[in-house]
Amino acid sequence: MSDTQTFLDTLKTRSAEYAGEPSWIAARRQAGAARFEAMGFPTRRDEEWKYTDVRGIAQGHFKLADDVDFSQAQAATLSLPVEAHRLSFVDGVFAPGLSDIDALPQGVQVMPLSKALAENHEAVGGPLGRLTGVDFSAFAALNTAFMEEGAVVRIAPNTVVEKPIVLQFLSREGEAVMCHPRILIEAGGRSEATVIEHYAGEENAANFTNVVAELMLDRGAILHHYKLQEAPVGDFHVASIHVEQSRDSVYTSYNLNLGGALARNDIIADLNGENAYTNLYGLFFGQGRQHVDNHTKVNHNAPLTFSNENYKGILGDRAHGVFNGRVFVKRDSQKIEGFQSNQNLLLSDRAQIDAKPELEIYADDVKCSHGTTTGQLDEDAVYALRTRGIDEATARGLLTLAFAGEVLEQVALDAIAERVELAVAGKLPERFNLAGLVEAAAALNE
Amino acid sequence: MASEEMEQLVRREYKDGFVTDIESDTLPPGLDENTIAFISNKKGEPEWMLEWRLDAYRQWLKMKEPSWAHLDYPPIDYQAISYFSAPKRPEDRPQSLDEVDPKLLETYEKLGIPLHERAALAGVAVDAVFDSVSVATTFKKQLAEAGVIFCSISEAIRDYPELVKQYLGTVVPKTDNYFAALNSAVFTDGSFVFVPEGVTCPMELSTYFRINAANTGQFERTLIVCESRATVSYLEGCTAPMRDENQLHAAVVELVALDDAYIKYSTVQNWYPGDENGVGGIYNFVTKRGECRGDRARISWTQVETGSAITWKYPSCVLRGKDSIGEFYSVAVTNGRQQADTGTKMIHIGEGTRSYIVAKGISAGKSDQSYRGLVKINPRAKGARNFTQCDSLLIGDTCGAHTFPYQEIGNSTAKIEHEATTSKIGEDQLFYCQSRGISEEDAVSMIVNGFCKDVFQELPMEFAVEAEALLNVTLEGAVG
Repeated sequence: MSDTQTFLDTLKTRSAEYAGEPSWIAARRQAGAARFEAMGFPTRRDEEWKYTDVRGIAQGHFKLADDVDFSQAQAATLSLPVEAHRLSFVDGVFAPGLSDIDALPQGVQVMPLSKALAENHEAVGGPLGRLTGVDFSAFAALNTAFMEEGAVVRIAPNTVVEKPIVLQFLSREGEAVMCHPRILIEAGGRSEATVIEHYAGEENAANFTNVVAELMLDRGAILHHYKLQEAPVGDFHVASIHVEQSRDSVYTSYNLNLGGALARNDIIADLNGENAYTNLYGLFFGQGRQHVDNHTKVNHNAPLTFSNENYKGILGDRAHGVFNGRVFVKRDSQKIEGFQSNQNLLLSDRAQIDAKPELEIYADDVKCSHGTTTGQLDEDAVYALRTRGIDEATARGLLTLAFAGEVLEQVALDAIAERVELAVAGKLPERFNLAGLVEAAAALNE
Repeated sequence: MASEEMEQLVRREYKDGFVTDIESDTLPPGLDENTIAFISNKKGEPEWMLEWRLDAYRQWLKMKEPSWAHLDYPPIDYQAISYFSAPKRPEDRPQSLDEVDPKLLETYEKLGIPLHERAALAGVAVDAVFDSVSVATTFKKQLAEAGVIFCSISEAIRDYPELVKQYLGTVVPKTDNYFAALNSAVFTDGSFVFVPEGVTCPMELSTYFRINAANTGQFERTLIVCESRATVSYLEGCTAPMRDENQLHAAVVELVALDDAYIKYSTVQNWYPGDENGVGGIYNFVTKRGECRGDRARISWTQVETGSAITWKYPSCVLRGKDSIGEFYSVAVTNGRQQADTGTKMIHIGEGTRSYIVAKGISAGKSDQSYRGLVKINPRAKGARNFTQCDSLLIGDTCGAHTFPYQEIGNSTAKIEHEATTSKIGEDQLFYCQSRGISEEDAVSMIVNGFCKDVFQELPMEFAVEAEALLNVTLEGAVG
């Protein structure tokens, strides 16, 4: 039986659930299934998947979860310590008990996708699948075929949402399951909001999450978008984020990737109006045999658009990192500025990084540059710290954190920056001996 | 610049476009095993060479033409190409320049390359490839005294079969890629250089390639071997006559450097790029690769690419020996409707290997240019080092410039740096020059030459002069 067939068979078992849904949803679902069947899972012969082998997913047998049993206590330890409007999902299923969307300010709609689909809500009719079509990838097609749950966020024009909106996805131990969340965010003109996607779970979970997010920023909208992926190290995580920006909008992405056996992120930003601004910040950390692949694409489709990208990777043990960043400038999109930087730190001889920063430019009045470096800690810097009485292990640890710090200092939410910094410090190899430092830092934060 | 002046410059015709009327002993178009047997027989090759060619051909039949490059061209009909063309009287080969067909000498005159003068004055031995058979080789004696072998690959197969057998296809295997396989099957000429242990080649070796005779693709095969502590500098330059039909060129160049050897390979390529509508022009699919087989060996590629309608070329270095060095310096200029997808591969295998890449791309008109490079660090290549600088300059708003650098790093002791920028000539830069009485065109020329300086510095003197002139001619009228 082919790998795709396993998934299509699972889809068939679901058909009773989908009976009676509006015809447009059924049509998209069928299109997704057909496209997935035609494309099959990507292989390393596909340029976009050259360095990432998805056989672990393709050959897996994943069921679909039906219940949301998850202890409040455990959820509390995993949840981000921020005051927020929160939607929670357990193995992809909406968990009302872990959610809190009672006190939404005026002009803000946050609801699970299942509710929007059931109501045939206007928030899904037009936008769903408009940015991420089934042709984008086999995973996007699969997501469309299985789309049941996810989140819909709508922010009315001129609305500033004070508290962040957290979309929390928890992964459970036990039988391997998959989920295909779909996230739709519409940011109205001159609105401002912070949305946090957070992936976490029980230590021994080994599930497959395949999420597709479509983000629309109207004129002058400001959206801070965090994706904190600290899923269990047995999880497979595939995500695509497609952003559409109108003029004067500002989109800032913080892609913080720590977990998962295999994680693949695709971030595509379309700058369609003048003076649109995109910031892409990324930090990825891998250890053990983790595989983390980040693909970003910034499309300067309009003149006078700006992008700024900074991705940093730290890889230890036998971890494998991939960075593929592309800046595209459309013909006649003049007065563009596009900057891209990718730096990688290899902590072990068996760690591997494949980097491919690309520029594709069809206009002449542009300032575009990219830089990428890969190496190890600067021995002079280690020496400098040691002359000041810091032992070597701590010096290396500090420098590694400083390396990550260049991205984390951009993170506006302190709670998240600190959490990631502590997580990275805690994961560093023994020889970096940061236990004392971590404690000291934790004490300071309290 | 005034628009009519610009118009005039853009409409400028290819300076080196003309056809020399020499009767060619040309094979009718088509490719099958008989074609290959004919070529092999014509060259008087031994049996093993024919077998080698046929094996490559059979493998080629099973291969698919690559489509990953950022290039757009109509499908090539490999049966519509004639695979052999040689000037008449092969037995009656000229022994000196005086015996060379005067029409051929005239061709060189028109190109501004007076062979004898240049050879004598510059002290350069020239193995000129006119179509597919070498017609003039000079300074052979002087080289022989130093123990250097410099001859056409056909002669080498005849006279030094053991050497050829030992090295041919060891850097670029027969089935390395589609075009290399095709070349292995049908190559008709090219150069062979062998520098024995401890010898520094007494002069710069140079071959001028010319493509001539309609519908003839050229399939050059060049093999350069430097034994321990040997050094050679090899120059390759190309121009081609004007023609309406696309000409296919699929060359293979292999370099082998043993312990402490140094090979410097410089190219100025100025083949016919096609007219302003993109009609005609050379299709240039080249596989160039050098292997630093010995410790501390060094291979340096320098290229100035201004011609061809389609360029598909990635001069590469396999750094196998400990502490070996690979270098790549490139200036690629595209104008009109030219398309170039070029770059390099640096494969670090040995410990302490270093590579250095400087690529400068200039796009003008409606042309499209891509830098495509790979830096691969094997887990065993401890302390490997790479620096890559790749800059693009866009002239006009209808061209494209792209960078696709691949980095595959499997070693924590490696240090890899890559920088790329894309920009245009700054208005302020132009204004600054013009305010000092420098004309706009001179200012552009000055800025562009400055942009390329890092690469031109690596060229041998006479090539550097030619390259600067070429650059100015190619970009004439591109700025307004």
